[in-house]
Amino acid sequence: MSGQRSNKKIILATTSLAGCFGCHMSLLDIDERILKLVEVVEFDKSPIDDIKEFSRMCDVGLVEGGCCNSENVRVLRDFRRHCKILISVGACAITGGLPAMRNGIPVSELFEAAFPAGSIPNDEEIPMLLDRVYPCHEIVKIDGFLPGCPPRADLLWEALNLLVAGKSLSELSFENVRYD
Amino acid sequence: MPSVKSGTRKITIEPVTRVEGHGKVTIKLDENNKVIQSRFHIVEFRGFERFIQGRPYWEAPVLVQRLCGICPVSHHLCASKAMDVIVGVPSDSLTPTADKMRRLMHYGQFFQSHVLHFFHLASPDLLFGVNSDPLKRNIIGVIQAFPEIAKKAVLMRKFGQEVIHLTAGKKIHGTGAIPGGVNKHLTSAERDELLVGTPELNADIMVAWIQEGLALFKDYHLKNKEFIDGFAAFPSNYMSLVRKDGALDLYHGVLRAVDPEGKKIFDQVDYQNYADYISEEVRSWTYMKFPYFQSLGMEKGWYRVGPLARLNTCDFIPTPLAQKEFEQYKAYSKGKPSGSSMHMHWARLIEALHAAEKIRELLNDPDLISGELVKTGVRMGEGVGLLEAPRGTLFHHYRVDPNDQITMCNLIVSTTSNNEGMNRAVSWVAENVISGQREIPEGMLNQVEVAIRAYDPCLSCATHAVGQMPLEVVLEDRDGMVLDRKVKNSNG
Repeated sequence: MSGQRSNKKIILATTSLAGCFGCHMSLLDIDERILKLVEVVEFDKSPIDDIKEFSRMCDVGLVEGGCCNSENVRVLRDFRRHCKILISVGACAITGGLPAMRNGIPVSELFEAAFPAGSIPNDEEIPMLLDRVYPCHEIVKIDGFLPGCPPRADLLWEALNLLVAGKSLSELSFENVRYD
Repeated sequence: MPSVKSGTRKITIEPVTRVEGHGKVTIKLDENNKVIQSRFHIVEFRGFERFIQGRPYWEAPVLVQRLCGICPVSHHLCASKAMDVIVGVPSDSLTPTADKMRRLMHYGQFFQSHVLHFFHLASPDLLFGVNSDPLKRNIIGVIQAFPEIAKKAVLMRKFGQEVIHLTAGKKIHGTGAIPGGVNKHLTSAERDELLVGTPELNADIMVAWIQEGLALFKDYHLKNKEFIDGFAAFPSNYMSLVRKDGALDLYHGVLRAVDPEGKKIFDQVDYQNYADYISEEVRSWTYMKFPYFQSLGMEKGWYRVGPLARLNTCDFIPTPLAQKEFEQYKAYSKGKPSGSSMHMHWARLIEALHAAEKIRELLNDPDLISGELVKTGVRMGEGVGLLEAPRGTLFHHYRVDPNDQITMCNLIVSTTSNNEGMNRAVSWVAENVISGQREIPEGMLNQVEVAIRAYDPCLSCATHAVGQMPLEVVLEDRDGMVLDRKVKNSNG
């Protein structure tokens, strides 16, 4: 990316796959700074607005959560196609996180614990469950990683500022890139 | 799969936006554009109840809150309450410090969650209109068009999150509560940060601002009576926790359920026995189950939870400003339960005021600053935790073996209890707004989401926690004919 875009808004898309929405909540935890954020960032497809499908290329995509079913994979690939820079946000996107605790257990056993035999929901509207939960970078190329459960608001804020300035995430400060 | 016959068409709303988590709606129309079926689906599955088996019980309050980043405190505290029972210290016998620190955390969460829902997610529909430009109809649009409202909303949420931060160590996924108590006091400096704070961030100003929010809603109501009173309104049963004397209590008490007329279905129920009162039904097209009261059966026993239900079940609110609002609210529905989905917003804001008053009251309590943190007791093998999460009654039930490993976990999250209610709200919009229309503009579809949004569903919770209740399963063919029924009890 060039360093020329500091006066122009960047276009941002966000999604939550197999996550808990905590990373989106942490983004809101930038508090008053969100009033400044809207001056430099334009939101495209995101659960906080009503844009359901991409209509253009976005500069940055933030992905929360890993992939646990075919729909997560479809959305992630759609994000890859429509985002110049795609970033895994938080433990679940980066490693699968807590949902990946199911990875050692056969899918049939998971269902049996929740539904009586013969009554597992099965409908054309329900996407196919994957054999395990995958981190995003095993499905598509990921350009950056913001760790944490959730990543602290200061880290998200610093990262967005770097991206708005056309800089690399390698410039993130040690104080913020901490996992807690 | 040719489930759509020729001449019929299907509308899909996916993802449902400005709610927490992943859900979708399908509406099927016949050749005359009449709605023949509408459904609200939860299509993700996590298997949480299974993979927590084998983990040590003290991990549950920290693990289980990762179900949900919006109300992690609810799961954190509810699991802790279940583990209180496991370690032999039922939640009403905790030390005053532990009880009050947890309550402070809980009220902090109620405040932030209700503010988030009303201002960040739902208010764009009211401020701009349900049929307004979808590109503006969001919190960013509110920031641009109504900067004063937006700024206060952002700061109110910040205050609630700060209360959580100071009681749990982190704003999201913290660790304040442990089995039998809490792990920290509030320092006097931390207390002052919330009580005195800054001119824009202190307990008093929060009470004042949430009253402004309530006034904003009431003013809107006055100008849009038909919409607020009539939109997706229908009768149902209601359930919530209440204090033993009938007061609204969001953290601890007994279960009460009332029917559409306000008559009690059950009352003073010890929630350790919840499984004697509630069963769940599975339907093939969604992972989210459908709970119902056993005494009334599947057809008539469905119920709603959350702000609307709580103000329908409780007798009074034990803080003065919220009580005054409650009296007005009750007078409006002539003392009867309100069945209006949109009154949920009204009830939610009254509860947010109650939470702000409680936070202010608690911050003046010296028990937060000093006193015993943890108690111990005789170890038990099974425990149920229950509290009112912002979205409604939350159940956590665990069995733990002598090696301290969890062997069984059953969670019924608030949103699951509202499953039938939300599906009926979707049907209401499908029947009353969409059915028979040749053209279906975006605004009509948004109204489906407005109806769902009123319930503030946490689909994140619903996705993770499927539950293991006694079940009755009904198989239907595509015309709705019942083909088969199966029953399973909670022990497998």
